[in-house]
Amino acid sequence: MNTFKFASVSLTRDWHSGELRLIGISILIAVACLSSVNFFTDRVRRATERQATELLAADLVLISSAKIRKEYITKADQAHLTVSLNESFRSVVTKDDKLELTEVKAVDTNYPIRGRLRTSDYLLGAEQYNDSIPAPGSVWVDSRLLQALQVQVGDSINLGAMAFVIDKVLTYEPDRGGDLFNIAPRLLMNRTDLDATGLILPGSRIKYRLLLGGDSEAIDQYRAYINTNKDDHMRVQGIKDARPEIKSALERAEQFLGLAALVSIALAGLAIAMSAQRFAIRHYDNCAIMRCLGLQQKQISRIYLYQLLMLGLICSLAGCLIGYFVQAALTQLMSGLSQQTLPKPSWLPVLSGLFAGLITVLAFALPPLMRLGAVSPLRVLRRDLTPLPVNNYLIYSLAVLALMLLGPWQADNISLTLYTVSGLFLTAILLALAAKYMLALLARLQPHLKMAARYGLANVTRRSNHSIVQIMGIGIGITVMLLLTLVRTDLLENWQNRLPEDAPNYFLINIQPDQVDGVKSFLAHALQYEIELYPMIRGRLTKINDVAVNPDDYENPRASRLAAREFNLSYATKMQADNRLVAGRWWTGESTVEPYFSVEEGIAETLGINMGDTLTYSIAGQEISGHVINLRWVEWDSFHVNFFVVSNPAALKTYPGTFISSFYIPESKRSILIGLVGKYPSITILDVDALLAQVRTIMNQVVRTIEFVFIFTLLTGIAVLFATLQSTHDARTQESALMSALGANRKQIISGLVAEFMLLGLITGLLSAIAASVIELALAVFIFKMDIVINPLIWLIAPVVCCLIIVPTGLFGTRKVLSVSPMLILKKT
Amino acid sequence: MDSENNYIVQALGLGKQVASPEGTLIILDAINLAIKKGESLAIIGISGSGKSTLLGLLAGLDRPTTGKVILNGTDLNQLDEDGRALIRNQVVGFVFQSFHLLPNLTALENTALPLELAGAEQADAMAMQKLQAVGLAERIHHYPNQLSGGEQQRVAIARAFAGNPQILFADEPTGNLDHKTAQRIIDLLFDLNKENSTTLIMVTHDHAIADHCDRQVVMAGGQLTENL
Repeated sequence: MNTFKFASVSLTRDWHSGELRLIGISILIAVACLSSVNFFTDRVRRATERQATELLAADLVLISSAKIRKEYITKADQAHLTVSLNESFRSVVTKDDKLELTEVKAVDTNYPIRGRLRTSDYLLGAEQYNDSIPAPGSVWVDSRLLQALQVQVGDSINLGAMAFVIDKVLTYEPDRGGDLFNIAPRLLMNRTDLDATGLILPGSRIKYRLLLGGDSEAIDQYRAYINTNKDDHMRVQGIKDARPEIKSALERAEQFLGLAALVSIALAGLAIAMSAQRFAIRHYDNCAIMRCLGLQQKQISRIYLYQLLMLGLICSLAGCLIGYFVQAALTQLMSGLSQQTLPKPSWLPVLSGLFAGLITVLAFALPPLMRLGAVSPLRVLRRDLTPLPVNNYLIYSLAVLALMLLGPWQADNISLTLYTVSGLFLTAILLALAAKYMLALLARLQPHLKMAARYGLANVTRRSNHSIVQIMGIGIGITVMLLLTLVRTDLLENWQNRLPEDAPNYFLINIQPDQVDGVKSFLAHALQYEIELYPMIRGRLTKINDVAVNPDDYENPRASRLAAREFNLSYATKMQADNRLVAGRWWTGESTVEPYFSVEEGIAETLGINMGDTLTYSIAGQEISGHVINLRWVEWDSFHVNFFVVSNPAALKTYPGTFISSFYIPESKRSILIGLVGKYPSITILDVDALLAQVRTIMNQVVRTIEFVFIFTLLTGIAVLFATLQSTHDARTQESALMSALGANRKQIISGLVAEFMLLGLITGLLSAIAASVIELALAVFIFKMDIVINPLIWLIAPVVCCLIIVPTGLFGTRKVLSVSPMLILKKT
Repeated sequence: MDSENNYIVQALGLGKQVASPEGTLIILDAINLAIKKGESLAIIGISGSGKSTLLGLLAGLDRPTTGKVILNGTDLNQLDEDGRALIRNQVVGFVFQSFHLLPNLTALENTALPLELAGAEQADAMAMQKLQAVGLAERIHHYPNQLSGGEQQRVAIARAFAGNPQILFADEPTGNLDHKTAQRIIDLLFDLNKENSTTLIMVTHDHAIADHCDRQVVMAGGQLTENL
């Protein structure tokens, strides 16, 4: 016989008879959830990255000390990328007898490709978006240059051989980031004027930049091309190479989204496994008859395999389609919240949806369906002959394998996948054990309860194996839901709390040692609180363990760059509050005379620095060596002043350096800064408000995305709940008909169900809350590296919330049971 | 002719039709039947003749398409499902072919269930008495899957008599039992029926069992004929 043809006919028949609908709908919901998550996260991820690209003013930047070669530009044009060239250099700007070393940037009309310039018409005037660039013959300068040269908008200043009119005050450039602490006053000019200034001479220290913008695929291809054809003096900067705080924000966002997607798969798998189990049991008789009619075991197995594959494919495709519309609706919904238009969805989520759908279906539904092949033909005579259950280890191994296979690809992070998958399985086992003991304990209560509660409890406790599976099934769902709620509230709040409203919005740099006391008392008086000033000494790392550091020895371009440039070093008696020791110990007191270093763990790893190593720095022509006695984790998101390398005071105190500080000044008190600059003209003030606003926007977008993803995961959880209820539907229908025949009215039957679901909710909630707290703790400590205090109320709130979810959903899922005719009881089984 | 008050169950022009792909299917066609208090009646007929449908309508488990059932003086058509449930709880007891015990309740709890549904104070004690009467005093804490088929049916009989019903409906009560056990169950059923002066309406295809009853009616082609 043609098994494929038979399978397709059976598929249609089983679908029409309603037998396959539940499993099909489970796949549909699962893939719809998964693909809408994927569509949406794909779009938001790209939008988030694009937003982050504002900090580069492009999607990709090539930086070179020599003129950008034409072939790079031609290649970019061929790839239909937007191209913008700019040159930046330092030069002296003069006005009468005043002169100021200024950071000059000459841009073309495409600048900036990402983000927008902001200007004001006069010093401290209202800021406006500006989509043009300075016209030839005019320049835009920042407030510091205006102050330094004592000029205003409309005045003329000299740069090289040319005079320029100041047209506007430059308040914001998207790519001003870079090295925040070495910025001179800034001037933006039109590239067409560059030659006339006569400043571009052989040997001039000029940074040539090629800014590129385009869709991510084209950018990735261009980046791959550049990586193989790069000049030695050129470096490439994509969004992931940007400032460390942005990088860590993006990485975390991806971790959150990946985690949510992975959990959706696990929940979907659970729903499919339960539905398939029910389908298989209901098909034992069919298979026995088919065997009697002469079908071989392998033919039956093949029929169900084909049926499953066809069902999986059709439902996955339909799921993808629904997913597409759901995400479109969500985007519509979000358009009111976000000013930003999301990039168009790519086709990748369809492929990933189909792949994930089929893998999930096969891993979770195949084991129970393959039992059908083993149904004995003798079952037609003896209905108690059921096939041997599939080895549980096989089921679990397949599920783990599927999650592991889909995990890293969904979550982009192997350790996160490992933690999540093992967390889920550990939870499942612990939930089962805890549920078993809890049920045994509760069973003792039964004789003391009233009718409805007694019947409800009997339903939960007497089918204890069944209940354990239910608690485990719903429990995992609720656990991950709780986990996501906890992640959302605790982890995200914690994360956002790092950027409180009063996060530092100004940096003071170039404070001379003799100005420290004066600045401190000036600001203490003006702000009504003490601010901290940190010493900053520039030094080049020359040796690690007496071996000379050579930038060329590092394969990692970041390591090579770090090794080549000067470090900002600092010294301190105490470790900063937003740092945490990950190895070694902190030095105690000022009494230590031997030089010690404390190194940030990330840079230590990049440069290959270990505990106990001897580092040698060259500072102002002198060499200083000291042991690394600890490694630190630094919370870069905090925007507080932080250093990669800190020494004890004895090591660096005598070296020449300046001081730096960061603090928060509310809008209303900004005039303080004018007073400060008036008193200490050499101090440079950096406004980081704009940068902070960008980081905050990215974070808000991530939070919103996670909230959306959370809704999907909640839906998958509810699908699991339905699947669980469906698995007991036949027994419940029979019982309800009997109760009705014996005279139970609707209210009594509902009371019994409410009691049952409430009890189930309470047990599940309590156990899940404990499990979720433990997993959250592990995630916080090992993955997100945050300190988390778990709210003990969650253990009280969770059971209540579980009841609120399970009772109405349970009643909805069993509503057909309530309308069943008592006549059913007279039907012969 | 007996006065109407002597009839505990009356079917007047009772009809049941269902829709099928081939058109309307008549299962019961204008059945008239009257059963006196304390009487035992056997409804016999071949499979699919509609005897269980008739039983369900007489017991108020289903609604007729035409005609009406008057049970203990109440027209069941005038009651909603909850109203019929109340009548079933107060007036009726059931014994089924497949026993239909709740698997998650013990023998005692299964027996006490109709009493609990009625809100009886001493449900457990009353159920205990009934279990003793069917000879299962030693097995009250066993679950259905720990009992044999005959024992399960005895629990079902204890449950049927627990609320002291006026009418007992039995649907092929021995259909799932071996001959010897079936005989014992039938003896038990009729003994208790006599002791409690219950009206018994039983569906069976076994003429030997039907012979125990005061009266026999035969269902065929949706029509009922008296077997004299």
